[in-house]
Amino acid sequence: MNRRAQISLRPDGRRLHLHDGPIDVIVEAFGAPDQVRIAYEAAAERFVTILDELCSELPLLRQAAGADGPHVTGVVARRMLDAVMPYAAETFITPMAAVAGAVAEEILSTLTATADLGRAYVNDGGDIAVYIGEGEEFTVGMVERPDHPCLFGTVRLHASDPVRGIATSGWRGRSFSLGIADAVTVLAESAAAADAAATVIANAVDLPGHPAITRVPACELAPDSDLGARLVTQGVGELSDEEIGLALSFGATTARKLIERGVIVAAALNLQGETRTVSALPQLRPTGFPARSLPHA
Amino acid sequence: MTDNDVIRCDACPVLCYIKEGRTGACDRYGNLAGQLVRLDPHVVLDRAVSRGDSVVPFLERSHDWDGNLVSGPDTFVTAIGAGTTYPDYKPAPFIISSEVNGVDIVTVVTEGIFSYCGVKLKIDTDRHLGAECSTVRAHGEAVGHVTTNEYGSQMLSLGGVRHLTGGTRHEGTVTCETLLNLCNGKAVELEIEQGAKVTVQADKPPIVDGVLEERMRVGCGSATIGMFAKQWFGKVDEVVVVDDHITGVLSEHQAGKLLGIPETGIKLKGRRSTPGRYFRVAEPGTSWGGTNIEDPLSILSDFKPKIAWPGLRLLMVSTTGEHYAYFELDEQLRPVEKQLPGTLRQSVSRVKENCEPALCTVLFMGGAGGSLRAGVTENPVKLTHSVRDALTRVTCGGAPVYVWPGGGITIMVDVSRMPENAFGYVPTPALVAPIEFTMKLADYGTLGGYLDHIRPLQSIAANRHVSAKPDNPWPLQNNSQSASKS
Repeated sequence: MNRRAQISLRPDGRRLHLHDGPIDVIVEAFGAPDQVRIAYEAAAERFVTILDELCSELPLLRQAAGADGPHVTGVVARRMLDAVMPYAAETFITPMAAVAGAVAEEILSTLTATADLGRAYVNDGGDIAVYIGEGEEFTVGMVERPDHPCLFGTVRLHASDPVRGIATSGWRGRSFSLGIADAVTVLAESAAAADAAATVIANAVDLPGHPAITRVPACELAPDSDLGARLVTQGVGELSDEEIGLALSFGATTARKLIERGVIVAAALNLQGETRTVSALPQLRPTGFPARSLPHA
Repeated sequence: MTDNDVIRCDACPVLCYIKEGRTGACDRYGNLAGQLVRLDPHVVLDRAVSRGDSVVPFLERSHDWDGNLVSGPDTFVTAIGAGTTYPDYKPAPFIISSEVNGVDIVTVVTEGIFSYCGVKLKIDTDRHLGAECSTVRAHGEAVGHVTTNEYGSQMLSLGGVRHLTGGTRHEGTVTCETLLNLCNGKAVELEIEQGAKVTVQADKPPIVDGVLEERMRVGCGSATIGMFAKQWFGKVDEVVVVDDHITGVLSEHQAGKLLGIPETGIKLKGRRSTPGRYFRVAEPGTSWGGTNIEDPLSILSDFKPKIAWPGLRLLMVSTTGEHYAYFELDEQLRPVEKQLPGTLRQSVSRVKENCEPALCTVLFMGGAGGSLRAGVTENPVKLTHSVRDALTRVTCGGAPVYVWPGGGITIMVDVSRMPENAFGYVPTPALVAPIEFTMKLADYGTLGGYLDHIRPLQSIAANRHVSAKPDNPWPLQNNSQSASKS
């Protein structure tokens, strides 16, 4: 076992915290206590080698995906590459766009393969893989700004729904974004697919050339960024309602195309307090916070 | 990569190249002036350790641990992070029982969504921040107004439902963010219409137009004369205490008369109120005593030649002792600046040392409306009555509150007495503030409480433990509520 990784139960005694280098994962499994323990032990054992596996192929994972692109062999790396391939023909994208979702998916598959659970989630820094057993459901809250955690919407997932992955991307997040969305949350069949799609849709929420947007070459911020000299968003000034609507409509168009192609199920796009949702299934439209019914003070 | 401001992190196999002032992919290790530094704010585990939380070992002995971290009457569950009630779940998120001195005590814990709320801001400064009723702006949006000037302090009233939800969406968002930051102890920059730019932060000195305010005045100019007249007597012939409100003149002032200080022939500009007290010697500003003057002599007219004499000693000092100058009259009775004599230095520094450190204080004020009260009891008005009758104690994040008399439950709380980051927001926009109602179990039953939703304290697994602030009364102790720092 690598000695770098930190594995602990959260003080609530229910959630497992896995941490290694840039990977920070919260796991929660629901089921009989012995099954949960078996699942957590397996997850921990699987977790400790993931970062080393990824790093052994890191230069390849930072290259643009495509027909002539890199070939990778690691299990997680394969998940990453598969998740970004749907976009490779038309845009620059590297497997790194799906790293968090792919890691979440890998841990989740370890949980469900080793134990009998009712439901479980693996949350890798906001990119989430879920397992929903027969008759179970999950309620997922969405947050627009990590510095001001606050739900801007919720979505309820049932076992019969096709969604098993939720991911969020935006310029305020840890990874760089080419767009200006505060947050784009995507529901898809897998966490890696959701992760890649959230990146692509968040990039599409944009107002090219707008003077209120500060953009900096990614390599100036992080010399080894897979985005090279591409301009990444570092600040977005105040936008008018019309501009917000326009930028969101660009992202919504991209999201709708992905729904038509069957790559994602639904998306919620958030920019400066405005939310736009698109969904293949009416019951999976992420709903805004029900302000009316909250206990107003 | 050849830049010499880039370092390579070897904390993990990603081996990030990190530029100066930035962090690696993990957001935990950064390049601080060429050094690899662990920054850490995001490590939940380490943060838990530094707070003294229990960190539960995994794998080795996980089955030995019963999952409880909260126990005993020395633990109070605050509403921070408790969440709010949902429409399909009427009772408050946590209704917790504990036993204190043999009496069953119930605490109803909820996070209230306050769209009727605001912040009362007390800024200790004599500098003129803006006229009463002037609009206070943040990021260009109106978020409140200047209200009364109190002794040595300027009061601002920020937020309120009109700014939060009555204006444009952007006005509401900016107001909400301003209130949230102030309540969570962060610095906020405010601009007062036709007035000053002021940076305010709870429990920190204000910064007015870029100048850090260090002290608040001991009194107005007239009061300062009264306080220090005896110490000046015999050491100087005339003292003028410059103040935007009431400038005091020793020889004319009642205190000077009592000491038998002779007339000096001094003539002040401005409007004389009573002997030795002058209004409006200059315009309000951010210089001498909250006026706009840089040269104290600009508030004086020529000395009366029949009364004044060459060699007359004149001290001019501001109400905070920050500004002072010493003059002697020449043969033409013109004041000539001289070095402050040692005998007067002490009195000037005494004015200064009697001026307390200037602070900004932030009181959160909000009204707990009917639906919030409905989370506590089936008959909301009974909770109001119970609070009125002092049977129920209200706290915010465990901090004592002042309950404003009259109808409803309108509370004020000093945010600096609450745990860090106790406030949140919803995009409505409105502030989310913790609020707890503590009472005897029997009283809770009487007012129609949700007795079947009460859970024992031991069943609560907290994510975050904070130490109680030593100045705050313990929320479970049954003495009368008080919002004053002892």
